[in-house]
Amino acid sequence: MLELKNIVFEVPVKEGSSEMKRIIDDLTLTIPDDTFTVITGPNGGGKSTLAKLIMGIEQVTSGQIILDGQDITGLSITERANCGIGYGFQQPARFKGMKVKKLLEIAAGKKLPMLSCNEYLSKVGLCSADWLTREVDKNLSGGEVKRIEIATMLARDPKLAIYDEPEAGIDLWSFDRLTETFRSIHDAGNGRSIIIISHQERLIRLADNIVLLQNGKVEEMGSPEDIMPKLGLARRMASGCSLTEPTRLHITEIPTTC
Amino acid sequence: MAVDLSPIDESLLATIANIHGMPKGAFNIRRDGQLVERHNSAYIEISTKTDNPGIDIKVKPGTKGESVFIPVIVTQSGLKDVVYNTFYIGDDCDIEIIAGCGIHNSSHAASEHDGIHSFHIGKNCRIKYIEKHYGEGEGTGERILNPTTNVYMDEDSFCEMEMIQLRGVTSTVRETNATIGARSKLVLTERLLTHDQQTAESNVVIELEGEDSSVQIISRSVAQDDSVQIFNPLVVGKAACRGHVQCDAIIMGNARVKSIPGIEAVSPDAILMHEAAIGKIAGEQITKLMTLGLSEEEAEQEILDDFLS
Repeated sequence: MLELKNIVFEVPVKEGSSEMKRIIDDLTLTIPDDTFTVITGPNGGGKSTLAKLIMGIEQVTSGQIILDGQDITGLSITERANCGIGYGFQQPARFKGMKVKKLLEIAAGKKLPMLSCNEYLSKVGLCSADWLTREVDKNLSGGEVKRIEIATMLARDPKLAIYDEPEAGIDLWSFDRLTETFRSIHDAGNGRSIIIISHQERLIRLADNIVLLQNGKVEEMGSPEDIMPKLGLARRMASGCSLTEPTRLHITEIPTTC
Repeated sequence: MAVDLSPIDESLLATIANIHGMPKGAFNIRRDGQLVERHNSAYIEISTKTDNPGIDIKVKPGTKGESVFIPVIVTQSGLKDVVYNTFYIGDDCDIEIIAGCGIHNSSHAASEHDGIHSFHIGKNCRIKYIEKHYGEGEGTGERILNPTTNVYMDEDSFCEMEMIQLRGVTSTVRETNATIGARSKLVLTERLLTHDQQTAESNVVIELEGEDSSVQIISRSVAQDDSVQIFNPLVVGKAACRGHVQCDAIIMGNARVKSIPGIEAVSPDAILMHEAAIGKIAGEQITKLMTLGLSEEEAEQEILDDFLS
């Protein structure tokens, strides 16, 4: 169980300035085990910052972060990773010379047989075995590197997985596969929790728990049934405004059998 | 095997040429300016030069699947070893050549090895050349390696050269020259790591002479501490040819790297490109690996190892 108690995160308004801007404002939130939580809300509401604070990429100004009863507020990223927190980046880093297989092995913390690697990759729609020997560098497209990032998380299998906008840069077909993957991790019911930062309605609908974050505070929280109507998604659909739903075109046929 | 190799010798040979004991096939092991052991195979003949110190390596046409080892080790302080190794590779060969030099200097005087390697590659060959340079030793004596590599490729051949300088070489000036014949391709990969006050300079001139010849130069280097590196690769296109130069460097501490990739089109049909990048390790790379459970130091080492792999 993850408990966030009175979390505050402030940054200087400008570099060197003593005037502070509050990004997360006295936030208290509990994420129970075995739950799928989606954090949503407007841009600039503090969603990614909150995720980074949980992972330790940013340090809280005040407040406490408690994982399974242990206060991890002062722990480094590495220590938190070893406590069972995983983080899927919105824009993953690239590494010259690092093979996909190596990255998966670092994530898993052990040598992996080819078969396991291929399984992780096929779950994110990268089906060819050639992927294992490719480098995670600038030659990969944004969508490819994003899918590898998610495969890395699958290999790591953390107790608490945080994904920052996993759908960004991923095509619709892979997104279908991705929602299935999230659903199966969740349905496995082995104590794994997932926190996803997303605006995607389909991911939001999958959640046990939706947190609407606005101005650094929890504005609303509850089940999809309770929260969905308040997000304005239904209203938007009812208006029939064609500009809010961009058309996604599938020009080539995409195989679905791997 | 009657040859007496000390544990230091064996460890150097393992590092530079991945040799454990005496290799199979043709080889020539040189230590402190002297021949330690030589072996010829049915297709590869190694003989001592009569004009200069060094060896001639003759590979019969049609030789396939063989390896030649010609490592050099220097364990004597104050020694300057200059050696000329010339390869004559016949047509239709497919071989691997493993060279390299390891210096163990435990004293205060400089140890130096200057290897001048020349490769005359026949038609329709596939050659892989691996050269590793490495220095070690507790002494303050400099460990100097100044290799010169000359490559002459005939037509329709492919040659892949990997030149690697691992840790511990105080100073190096590398000269690499090649002329490439029609439809031949050279892939030159240079990987370099310098640290402390070390200096490294690499000058490369590749002349693409034949129609449809090509070259790819890939330089990956890491400069740590107060070390200095200079790269000066030049590709000259004299025919309808293709050349690509890529220099990437990671810089750490107070190190300096100067990269001057050059391309010169003599023929209007030459297609030449270069790119160069120097930068420190990106913070987001370290962060990413830390989220996978690595410490900051482990993450940095992992990034460097992969970059130089």
